[in-house]
Amino acid sequence: MNSPAAAVSPVAADGCGVGADADERPILRERGQREVFCGLTGIIWLHRKIQDAFFLVVGSRTCAHLIQSAAGVMIFAEPRFATAIIDERDLAGLADANDELDRVVERLLSRRPDIRMLFLVGSCPSEVIKLDLSRAAQRLSHKHAPAVRVLNYSGSGIETTFTQGEDACLASLVPCLPAMPEDGKASLLVVGALADVVEDQLRRLFDDLGVGPVDFFPPRMAKTLPAVGPTTRFLLAQPFLADTARALEERGARHLPAPFPLGAEGTTAWLEAAANAWGVEPERFRRVTAAGRERADRAVARYREVLAGRRVFFFPDSQLEIPIARFLARELAMTPLEVGTPYLHRQHLAAELALLPETAKLSEGQDVERQLDRCLAARPDITVCGLGLANPLEAEGLTTKWSIELLFTPVHGYEQAGDLAELFARPLQRRQALAV
Amino acid sequence: MQLTVWTYEGPPHVGAMRIATAMEGLHYVLHAPQGDTYADLLFTMIERRDRRPPVTYTTFQARDLGGDTANLFKTAVQEAYERFKPEALLVGASCTAELIQDDPGGLAKALNLPVPVVPLELPSYQRKENWGAAETFYRLVRGLAGPQAPAPGTPRRDRPDGQKPSCNILGPTALGFRHRDDVQEITRLLDSLGVAVKVVAPLGARPADLARLGEADFNVVLYPEVADTAARWLERTFKQPRVTTVPIGVGATEDFIAEVEALCFGGEPSHPDTASSRLPWHARSIDSTYLNGKRVFIFGDATHAVAAARVATEELGFKVVGLGTYSREFARDLRSAAERYEVEPLITDDYLEVEARIVELQPELVLGTQMERHIAKRLGIGCAVISAPVHVQDFPARYSPQMGFEGANVLFDTWVHPLMMGLEEHLIGMFREDAEFGADARPSHLGHAAEPVATPAVNGHGEVGNAVPANDSEIRWADEAERELGKVPFFVRGKVRRNTERFARDGGKALITLETLYDAKAHYGR
Repeated sequence: MNSPAAAVSPVAADGCGVGADADERPILRERGQREVFCGLTGIIWLHRKIQDAFFLVVGSRTCAHLIQSAAGVMIFAEPRFATAIIDERDLAGLADANDELDRVVERLLSRRPDIRMLFLVGSCPSEVIKLDLSRAAQRLSHKHAPAVRVLNYSGSGIETTFTQGEDACLASLVPCLPAMPEDGKASLLVVGALADVVEDQLRRLFDDLGVGPVDFFPPRMAKTLPAVGPTTRFLLAQPFLADTARALEERGARHLPAPFPLGAEGTTAWLEAAANAWGVEPERFRRVTAAGRERADRAVARYREVLAGRRVFFFPDSQLEIPIARFLARELAMTPLEVGTPYLHRQHLAAELALLPETAKLSEGQDVERQLDRCLAARPDITVCGLGLANPLEAEGLTTKWSIELLFTPVHGYEQAGDLAELFARPLQRRQALAV
Repeated sequence: MQLTVWTYEGPPHVGAMRIATAMEGLHYVLHAPQGDTYADLLFTMIERRDRRPPVTYTTFQARDLGGDTANLFKTAVQEAYERFKPEALLVGASCTAELIQDDPGGLAKALNLPVPVVPLELPSYQRKENWGAAETFYRLVRGLAGPQAPAPGTPRRDRPDGQKPSCNILGPTALGFRHRDDVQEITRLLDSLGVAVKVVAPLGARPADLARLGEADFNVVLYPEVADTAARWLERTFKQPRVTTVPIGVGATEDFIAEVEALCFGGEPSHPDTASSRLPWHARSIDSTYLNGKRVFIFGDATHAVAAARVATEELGFKVVGLGTYSREFARDLRSAAERYEVEPLITDDYLEVEARIVELQPELVLGTQMERHIAKRLGIGCAVISAPVHVQDFPARYSPQMGFEGANVLFDTWVHPLMMGLEEHLIGMFREDAEFGADARPSHLGHAAEPVATPAVNGHGEVGNAVPANDSEIRWADEAERELGKVPFFVRGKVRRNTERFARDGGKALITLETLYDAKAHYGR
């Protein structure tokens, strides 16, 4: 394996980018300690999004502890996730581990008769001992059909970083989607977990535009899976859905490339991609989106005074870093210094990269010690980072924003553009307010 | 495979991190996949630490597994050494790295670093956080103090006349429940007894401090879950006696003082006038009579649970109705305490079992961890937190020890305040028909959000079932009796129901009438 020092080298783009700008932008690729969550963390929002699904992590005590700690709360209502903790007896013989898993699933399903879909979620230990969860899922699906469908995906840290867990989950669900009739009408699929309220807002906009029928994926209920086929066009609502997009394309669906619906500009461009595919008249598009754009502009303007000219530094976390840096730069006149991302999907982010200021330095992967050195040297006005780094950076006199909030807060669409700006203004305003 | 919804303890390497983070000048290199770095946030968020834990993770990925993860580990150790210049290194593996068997200890030794390297073997698939902390502390103490050990069989030299007796305080860690304040309180207490504290470890200690642990006359085992193994080794190796009374509560603090005095001064009281606690007077104060026989359920780590049972019984006059722990390593201590209080011990790390027991016992107060606080809140029962696992609320800004005489004051306040004050209880008892008291009246300070006790939040869990013990299907309640039961204040209603059913069963009655209800009341008394 390369030493991190050797891996620090600006590399030219790999050529799959679309825009010329994207192609030429240098990127710092690093290999070192990655201070990021694994894909299991996605369960925290997915288990609330899909109301009749249950997520059973097959892993270690560490996995169980990670999810409960990352969620940051104790359990108020019994959650729809749990961990089947592997113990030494399971390591002694794999056949036994499968029997044990069947027993655990049996117990779980008898306790939760409301569950219609069960995800067996692979972890680092289950991957390393090569516990075949796809075979287990088939076996259990067969056994519990038709009441419960059992699927599997990996949220392991050796394969997935934070939001890639949602990607893996949705990708595993794509083969279950019913087929759209061959001669079906064009339909739109919005892909990526969004807050329910945001879905409702977007649906109203699509209705007014005459774009549709529209489905959202993941659905709120596992029993109402949207159909997919060659007449499906899909918009990605999140930038981290590479495998899901590929799986949908394998089903014949076609991706509508667009920036992501963050901020007024991003939301407009994203809606426009669908409007163009449906041949919506430009006049109608302007008329339908005018009110939302205007409200978003007004809401965002309120925070421009606090944020304009402020320099922002992103540690890699959710893959939302580039679209959010674009929003902060273009709508709030902030200056992105370094924009770190755990993984850069050049094709899906082509439109975003084209809008990001040239001065923003991109980095992919992580060597957290070196990145901290750069951050402390740059002394940004606001640093977007994970929970483990925030207080230590605050203690160094830096102002921070927890990146996990960007996943747990409705930030997409026109009506949330002001909320997204406010998330960045709040730490600065707080620092100003405190006299101690 | 064990189905787990929530866990009291993390994996053993998190215990090792609690030791490493508590100390200064120590660094821990952990062979672990990305994602395991979540553990940093326990320290920086829950404890609000202003520095990252001194831990370097290798964060290997799937593509590294086919290659050379061992080399990745060596690089990480070398770079961590160069960057942090620690005085000693801990090396080990998390659960996933344990499976790939790279031998972190051997790899680190091969680097010939100019500082002590202590390898850790923490079996993640058998053990848990507290065991990991204890094992790590023991390995560190052994590794660093071991070279100073006298030859086996060497008798311990007597303390020269005129030299102040001295001790070490062992056990406080990062992420410990009130460890910061307990150490301050007990250090002050020992000082007032004329005993010098040489080293507090692991909290605030450097590797060099561990090397001189053998110099003190004895060791105070403040947190047995963490320090017991190391203290026993020190006792064997340096002939240092252990003080094992955990000074939680007035009685235990006095016992602790007596134990220290017996060791240092041949049992002569050394302190004419040690500061004492307000607890005894508060407990004797006339307003406290309403505390009499309050039914309390206790769950936590073994040390805090056992200590709480004594304080609750002897110092507050409560009745312990349930006692349990998630610390299997100390199950024996808890079992013998449970025998003393004539309750069935509960040894489990499944919070659903704990919830079921609370529902079944219907206590008036729960002393537990943050999880029991949530359970009690759902059930509308008062609760105070007495033990880890910790929550951000367990790191108060104010001085708030659990140990020593000031700790006893804190216990009185935090355990008594969640209870309904005497007059409120009487008024509800007298005027049951008042609409605001109602059948499901709650103490006003617990708010109105709590659900009725009869509907536990854990549904679908077969073993929990209904809150009302319906295990006797042949016994029925007449409507009139059931209505009268509704007038009994909620905080004793469960007990009245149980007692009445038992009374009916013993008397061979199938139907509980108004008569049966009052016959049972006369039989059992309040």
